[in-house]
Amino acid sequence: MTNKPDPNSTSNLGGVGGGRMPTYVGMPSFPKAAREAVADSRLRANLAHATGTIRERRQRAVDELPDWAELREAARQIKDHTLRHLDHYLMMLEEKVTAAGGTVHWARDADEANAIVARLVEETGEREVVKVKSMATQEIGLNEALAERGITAYETDLAELIVQLGDDRPSHILVPAIHKNRAEIREIFQRKMPSAPADLTDDPAVLAEAARRHLRAKFLSAKVAVSGANFAIAETGTVLVVESEGNGRMCLTLPDTLITVMGIEKLLPTARDLEVFLQVLPRSSTAERMNPYTSAWTGVHAGDGPSAFHLVLLDNGRTAINADPVGREALRCIRCSACLNVCPVYARAGGHAYGSPYPGPIGAILSPQIRGIGSDVDASLPFASSLCGACYEVCPVAIDIPRILVHLRARAPKKAPERLAMTAAAWSLRTPKRLAALQRAAARGRRFARHARMPRSWTDTRDLPVPPAQSFRQWWKEGR
Amino acid sequence: MKIALFVTCVNDTLYPQTGKAVVSILERLGHEVDFPLTQTCCGQMHLNSGYPHQALPLVEAFTTTFEGYDAIVVPSGSCAAMVRDWHSTVAHEAGREDLAQRAKSLAPRVHEFSELLVDVLGVTDVGAVFPHRVTYHPTCHGLRMLKLGDRPQQLLREVDGLELVDLPDATECCGFGGTFALKNADVSAAMCADKVAAVKQTRAEVLCAVDNSCLMHIGGTLSRQRSGVRVMHLAEILASTA
Amino acid sequence: MTSARQAILGRLRSSGDPAAEYEQIARDYLIRHHEQDLRELLAERLADYRAIVHDAPVSELPTALREGPYVIPPDLPAEWTAGLADRVVTEPYDLEAVGGVITGCAVAIAETGTIVLDHGPRQGRRALTLVPDHHLIVVTPDQIAADVPEALARLDLTRPLTFISGPSATSDIELSRVEGVHGPRTLEVFLV
Repeated sequence: MTNKPDPNSTSNLGGVGGGRMPTYVGMPSFPKAAREAVADSRLRANLAHATGTIRERRQRAVDELPDWAELREAARQIKDHTLRHLDHYLMMLEEKVTAAGGTVHWARDADEANAIVARLVEETGEREVVKVKSMATQEIGLNEALAERGITAYETDLAELIVQLGDDRPSHILVPAIHKNRAEIREIFQRKMPSAPADLTDDPAVLAEAARRHLRAKFLSAKVAVSGANFAIAETGTVLVVESEGNGRMCLTLPDTLITVMGIEKLLPTARDLEVFLQVLPRSSTAERMNPYTSAWTGVHAGDGPSAFHLVLLDNGRTAINADPVGREALRCIRCSACLNVCPVYARAGGHAYGSPYPGPIGAILSPQIRGIGSDVDASLPFASSLCGACYEVCPVAIDIPRILVHLRARAPKKAPERLAMTAAAWSLRTPKRLAALQRAAARGRRFARHARMPRSWTDTRDLPVPPAQSFRQWWKEGR
Repeated sequence: MKIALFVTCVNDTLYPQTGKAVVSILERLGHEVDFPLTQTCCGQMHLNSGYPHQALPLVEAFTTTFEGYDAIVVPSGSCAAMVRDWHSTVAHEAGREDLAQRAKSLAPRVHEFSELLVDVLGVTDVGAVFPHRVTYHPTCHGLRMLKLGDRPQQLLREVDGLELVDLPDATECCGFGGTFALKNADVSAAMCADKVAAVKQTRAEVLCAVDNSCLMHIGGTLSRQRSGVRVMHLAEILASTA
Repeated sequence: MTSARQAILGRLRSSGDPAAEYEQIARDYLIRHHEQDLRELLAERLADYRAIVHDAPVSELPTALREGPYVIPPDLPAEWTAGLADRVVTEPYDLEAVGGVITGCAVAIAETGTIVLDHGPRQGRRALTLVPDHHLIVVTPDQIAADVPEALARLDLTRPLTFISGPSATSDIELSRVEGVHGPRTLEVFLV
């Protein structure tokens, strides 16, 4: 199986979203992909270790603020308000960015966004761009689209670099190489990084140093950078990138041309709203009081940073999601990845099983909404959850993920045998008489239950319960 | 006080001892228990599997059966959560505003078993005797939707002879999740394997919870592994006397 | 043919009064989490993220210098670099060839251990504090804000802003934090 997303296989099955996002070639349904992951003990150990570490640290960072619940509620309300008036705030943003010397572009879907970025790069005469980690450009498959036009995109975030050098796919929103441990990363660097020293160890600090040296010349010579955006402020036209390593600062500051691709839901009305989001995002994502670096810029700043700034506003299914009164909550997402880190399903299945740049609980509700619910993998994603609710509990913008999963399950195409079984079960449960008949049948079959090996999906690992000789209702009716 | 029992279809069919235990405890405490025979199922499986239209008649039947009672007890965390948090939504989304209103007004009178004892009846000591080492698994619906907190542990701590031991990583889901256990059997089994390992680590004789469907899953694995650990619904432990 | 702009905005047509609704947003969170000893808190929180903190007058700044020339913005107060004439060079200068950079800041946030540069007075353009490996920052008492809301209220968002909390770091390997990637690997703060 090839690991790379195929730009030609963007799915647009006319589903809910009407967006386009790469499906990975031959991507099986979630349960199939998860089966392989569950059997990979090294992968499970890597994931358990990484998510276990961050989980405890996040809890400590959150517990430090006695007003966490109030911050979360304000964050939720600000996002909902913005989504209700998105047209108003988008026009305001456009006006302010333009007034500050930037250029705003609008893209209905992935293809339009990719074409805009490719054209802007070509207009500079450059064939290389440096990139800040961005979910939006992952979503639209920008690197592959640029490669088709002969433009090379260099990922500069450490984890993205690991994924790119390893010819791999991202498996986590914040830490795309979470599935790799230090020894595996060292091996990739030794193989693919010409500047890596011969005595490279697997000490994370040493690996980070190797990445620093590898990218230094790139940063200093790059003429064009592509970024995403964590937030944009409508009132001022300011765009923000939240990061840790300084690769973002390098890309946002040193090149002459900066192109930012931003989902239209990233907007916030005013500067004041940042006081909420700059508190909840770092604590939820990296479990820090504040991430090492946040950059904010408004259009172009004379004598400081890029002389040309382009902002590409991306729809790609978002307007359709915003029209769904239940599903629209997903657009509050600030990509912190707290839901991935607490999800027991993600910890065992890994990110690749979700067949999308958006893995984990948020991916299970975003991908089918963006791409539509037609493909095997998209139809299986809403079911990739035990509905335990841990994701909702930690979400800093209070997205009720289980609620949306249930909502999407109703819309997912079902296989005929399952539909039949569910209809039969509903029929049996509709009246007490039918239920009693079912119970009598179960009681008659009780001696078989102990040895039953059906359904295999249950009995492979668990014994079946043995039905009692007498149901509760029968006991009650017979005067106890 | 007159209390209606919604035993749930799973308990009714597979675990009648849980329903009997609830009846015996409430009667021991001097309350009258009614079991309206028109009850069947809350519709949770259908809703969570993506068949809300199949759940709708079950929502209606539940509402009709129980709306005349002042207090309804449910010995299942997930079914109690289904009734309280979902019934009116299912009706609303089906365009049945009348039913949505009825379900909404019924919801606050529906209590999970430990809630009924601690919050409504105000008791934690029900006079039970159970001289065994017990660990408690807080099921996801109990923990995150009903927010039962330590109500079940409060009840267990008052049981004579019972030694309550903490379950490591207690708040982790066991991996049941209804049809999730079948549709995503591999992930479900992997989750359960970790839960079972945690249970064994406690060296408890009995694993207790407020939901027999989770216990069916964990207990089925414990039994397959011949671990010797029994699973029991909270009500069954509280019904035990010397 | 409709433009992408028209198509997207057309699908979002909203009603109501955004300004009035915006005022209704519940903001019941705290404006600050600590009332006093902000200087102490800032020092503690900066150190938590492996910044080197000096609770010392600016006259001690020379002791912190390491090898190589240190670059400074042209408007840095002369007393900050008193006696350092042979060690400092003024912008513009080849930033790859310096040992470090000395600047002031716009605001510091005690609660989070953050220094905010707005690249105004005493701070220079953004590249200045990015490329050199050692960043020395002088924070004056009046620049310390208790918490994020107060800091934002003091800042002009239309200026280029850089929020710095400790030296460059990454959590990309096994989600454990390591300091020192692309930005300055040493952050040293003088609370004067």
